Amino acid sequence: MKHLMIAAGILSATSAMAADTPQLTVYTYDSFVSDWGPGPKVEEAFEAQCDCDLNLVGVEDGAALLSRVRLEGANSDADVVLGLDTNLIAAAKETGLFAPSSVRAEYDLPIEWADDVFVPYDWGYFAFVHNADAPAPASFRDLADSEAKIIIQDPRSSTPGLGLLLWVKAAYGDDAPEIWAGLADNIVTVTKGWSEAYGLFLDGEADMVLSYTTSPAYHLIAEEDDSKAAAAFDEGHYMQVEVAAKLAGTDQPELSDQFLRFMVSDTFQQIIPTTNWMYPAVIPSTGLPDGFDALITPEKSLLFSADEAASVRDEALTEWLGALSQ
Amino acid sequence: MVGRAQPVSTWPGVGAAGLVAALILGTLAAVALRAETAGGFGPADWSALRFTSVQAVLSAVFSAALAIPVARALARRRFRGRRVLITLLGAPFILPVIVAILGLLQVFGRAGWISDVLGLVGLPPLRIYGLHGVVLAHVFFNLPLATRLILQAWQEIPAERFRLAAQLGCDGGTMFRLIELPMLRRILPGVLAVIFAICLTSFAVALTLGGGPRATTLELAIYQAFTYDFDLGRAALLSALQLALTVAAALAALRFSQRDGFGAGLDRAIRRWDGGAPVRDAFWIFAAAAFLFLPLAAVLISGLAGLFEMPIQVLRAALTSVLVACVSTVVFLTLALPMAFAVAAGRYGIVELSGILGLAASPLVIGTGLFILIHPVANPSTLALPVTALVNAVMALPFGLRILVPAAREVVTRHGRLALSLDMNKKTFFTLVLLPRMRPQIRFAAGLSAALSMGDLGVIALFADPQIATLPLQIYRLMGAYQMQAAAGAALLLLLLSMGAFWLLDRGGRHHAET
Amino acid sequence: MLKLDNCVVQNGSFSLQADFSVETGASVAIVGPSGAGKSTLIEAIAGFRDLTRGQIFWDGELISNLSPGKRPVAMLFQDGNLFPHLTVEQNIALGLRPNGRLSTEEQAEVQNALDRVSLSGLGGRKPAELSGGQQSRVALARVLVQRRQLLLLDEPFAALGPALKAEMLDLVAGLLAETGTTLLMVSHDPQDARRITQETILVAENHAHPPAPTSDLFDNPPPSLRDYLG
Repeated sequence: MKHLMIAAGILSATSAMAADTPQLTVYTYDSFVSDWGPGPKVEEAFEAQCDCDLNLVGVEDGAALLSRVRLEGANSDADVVLGLDTNLIAAAKETGLFAPSSVRAEYDLPIEWADDVFVPYDWGYFAFVHNADAPAPASFRDLADSEAKIIIQDPRSSTPGLGLLLWVKAAYGDDAPEIWAGLADNIVTVTKGWSEAYGLFLDGEADMVLSYTTSPAYHLIAEEDDSKAAAAFDEGHYMQVEVAAKLAGTDQPELSDQFLRFMVSDTFQQIIPTTNWMYPAVIPSTGLPDGFDALITPEKSLLFSADEAASVRDEALTEWLGALSQ
Repeated sequence: MVGRAQPVSTWPGVGAAGLVAALILGTLAAVALRAETAGGFGPADWSALRFTSVQAVLSAVFSAALAIPVARALARRRFRGRRVLITLLGAPFILPVIVAILGLLQVFGRAGWISDVLGLVGLPPLRIYGLHGVVLAHVFFNLPLATRLILQAWQEIPAERFRLAAQLGCDGGTMFRLIELPMLRRILPGVLAVIFAICLTSFAVALTLGGGPRATTLELAIYQAFTYDFDLGRAALLSALQLALTVAAALAALRFSQRDGFGAGLDRAIRRWDGGAPVRDAFWIFAAAAFLFLPLAAVLISGLAGLFEMPIQVLRAALTSVLVACVSTVVFLTLALPMAFAVAAGRYGIVELSGILGLAASPLVIGTGLFILIHPVANPSTLALPVTALVNAVMALPFGLRILVPAAREVVTRHGRLALSLDMNKKTFFTLVLLPRMRPQIRFAAGLSAALSMGDLGVIALFADPQIATLPLQIYRLMGAYQMQAAAGAALLLLLLSMGAFWLLDRGGRHHAET
Repeated sequence: MLKLDNCVVQNGSFSLQADFSVETGASVAIVGPSGAGKSTLIEAIAGFRDLTRGQIFWDGELISNLSPGKRPVAMLFQDGNLFPHLTVEQNIALGLRPNGRLSTEEQAEVQNALDRVSLSGLGGRKPAELSGGQQSRVALARVLVQRRQLLLLDEPFAALGPALKAEMLDLVAGLLAETGTTLLMVSHDPQDARRITQETILVAENHAHPPAPTSDLFDNPPPSLRDYLG
């Protein structure tokens, strides 16, 4: 209990401090705040320039994050929500809980970005990661025809899983069910989240795993291991753009804007590649870290607009369930 | 003695049961009331219900059926290392789900050890994914629990009964029919109901081992309703369905488990005269040990390398987890002991029922419900640890009660009349008779509760504060940050801590297991 | 005087009627066919079964509304008379003080009781370390320190050999004589009944008959008892 009391003591101390310094509460996903994510460095860097107390709160993943905000509604403690992606934007906007911001930047995104509420901070391509020494298929059809075994995530419980669903839908439209039927015998299993899938892949349970084109960068940079590669698909790769926005009910509107501006600044953007293992939304003046140049760059970027994503999701999910439940 | 004076008070137990029921049903109600739309039931939900029930029934039946010969072998044989073996048997039960999945698949997976061996002799790899894989994984988790519960019941048969049977010249088969079958009839319904209920809330294990969306469970549907659809009404409805299934199973179990005890015995050392076939017993012990220890060995081997490069945050998280486990165990005992005594002292079916509810309560629903209740009055993340300890304690209750209730009932039937005739008051009966007579069971239950709490992710993910993480949460964070090796090391540390806590508390159980 | 006033005890579908008195200081056997309700009767007096009708008095005071421990009754059951995890001394001490520590005088009393049942020096043992006869003696020592006015025996010595059982009954008779305790004793064996009781209650056909002189009853048994005695 002592530990608890100390914890409580620290908390009351910080709230006492908050009387003088403004406090900004940012809700984000759990891996962002973890000691290995961008959180600690972001907090330090922002607090150095804002004369405020940045309070990062981690909530499981992007989808759970949006649920949390909806659960709290207009009384949310959060000022800013960081970590939604384009697939969640439509639902997020519908809540009316988010407010437009004036923050703009020269984004280095493969697509045009024109949303007045949500500000992108990083992005990536979904891809199948495999061992570099093994041959990789060059398309979904190739993959379906091959003997390669893959592990994917469930679109009902995981962001990459939903990304793959929309990837196939964006690339093949009405032919998506046929692609899924072809892939059925390649799929070893479907996991709840990314960690299980990636762990199983590293243990050798499958030849490929659904992840990001940037995953090999982690192995290359953090582990000096070049044995992992992402397979480039001719159809193009579906993108994930991660965004943040301020809440309409914030009591710190200016500080929130300041944070969003900070988010697309050099300092923040430099932290992203080697902590979140994604591409920065604005390439910082120092450029991308070594290792990122070795990654594949898809010829074609696929992405549904927020409204399209919301409208095709249910149909694509039904097709997916139908094809894989045989 | 029903309806007559009892040597123990029942109201604290009824009160504790009321609190537990209020927590579980209250959080469910909080979620339901917060819903904007009434939840509907789609065809996908029906198939999820079907799959969930089928796999839970199969898992319960296989776990219990396999536990019988294993428990029997362990009850009949005395050998070096038996104590350690029995303690280690508990390990799978307390592994965090994600660690267990990886461990299991390193043994039974396509590229697992068994497939490797099959490959050496030119056979195709094991096909583990499917309903049989789900059942295998659930047996892995629950066989140890079933074995311990049945073994306990076996050891509670007074030695006099075996002596009598031996004197009558009964062979193993007859002894089984005469003494052991009635015991099994008494204990099995409860064991089956508990495992059935545990498997009802399976999600990640069922999905991964089931090989895809065919293996969609209700808990997955609840998760989807919460996070991807934000359909609280549907989440509440599905969770209520889980609870209803569990209550039905529990009622069936209560109905079928006979309440008669074995009468008094005089604490003689348990000695058996039905030698039976040592080979068969050895086979069962060996097979169970291999089945349970191989995946653990995989966890151990993967973890060893990471154990020495664990970041400091992991150690801090370990400390937090130990603290949570301590608090949780105290809360657990405060709830479980009075509840067990209340059940023993009368037919408080409602107490047992509210105890078993903890099994079927979706952690997501409890967590979200608590969040809805706490958020207006306090900052949930400041309460992350107490709430986690409380929820972990409630989740451990069903197991604890299965261990404590039969023992409490036995003590009250055996000694209640004598205590009453001596005008012993309830407090003395508690300290002088109940506690000493039940010490092995109390230590076992406390050990299990501590270990479970240590390994359970619980609701901390919903309340998390970046500064405070428990070890299971830290493992997930490490994996999310690609640090699979450090995560494996942390998982091993967690396993060691859980087993250590269990060992420390359950030591008292040895005297019972060994004499 | 023990008085059962127009009592009916229900045990499942079985019911037993009892309307009789027993004089203070008397020793009374309770005999009857198996299943006739001997144990039911004695358990009702001890307070382990509720009366569906009637009342029980001791020396004119109503006791049937008291809990078992508050009645002037000590009882020995067929089995389970000792707590297996407590020592002999601790078991006996419970008869004096079920809820507290003993004073020095009370400790001495426990030792006296041990001497009286010829178990001096065995006070530190656990019941499982004693023979059946010794276990019975411990239970009797506890009854002795309990100082209750009415002793109920539900065949506690049934498991002992004839010689040992006779020895126990003699010990009981001796204790009764010293303390003036009233005895009700369930028995299957006419020999036991003759050995230490002057009167016998016949329980048969849902009815507990008033006490009759033991020798008369066995010398001239009514039909229901005759069938039973064979």
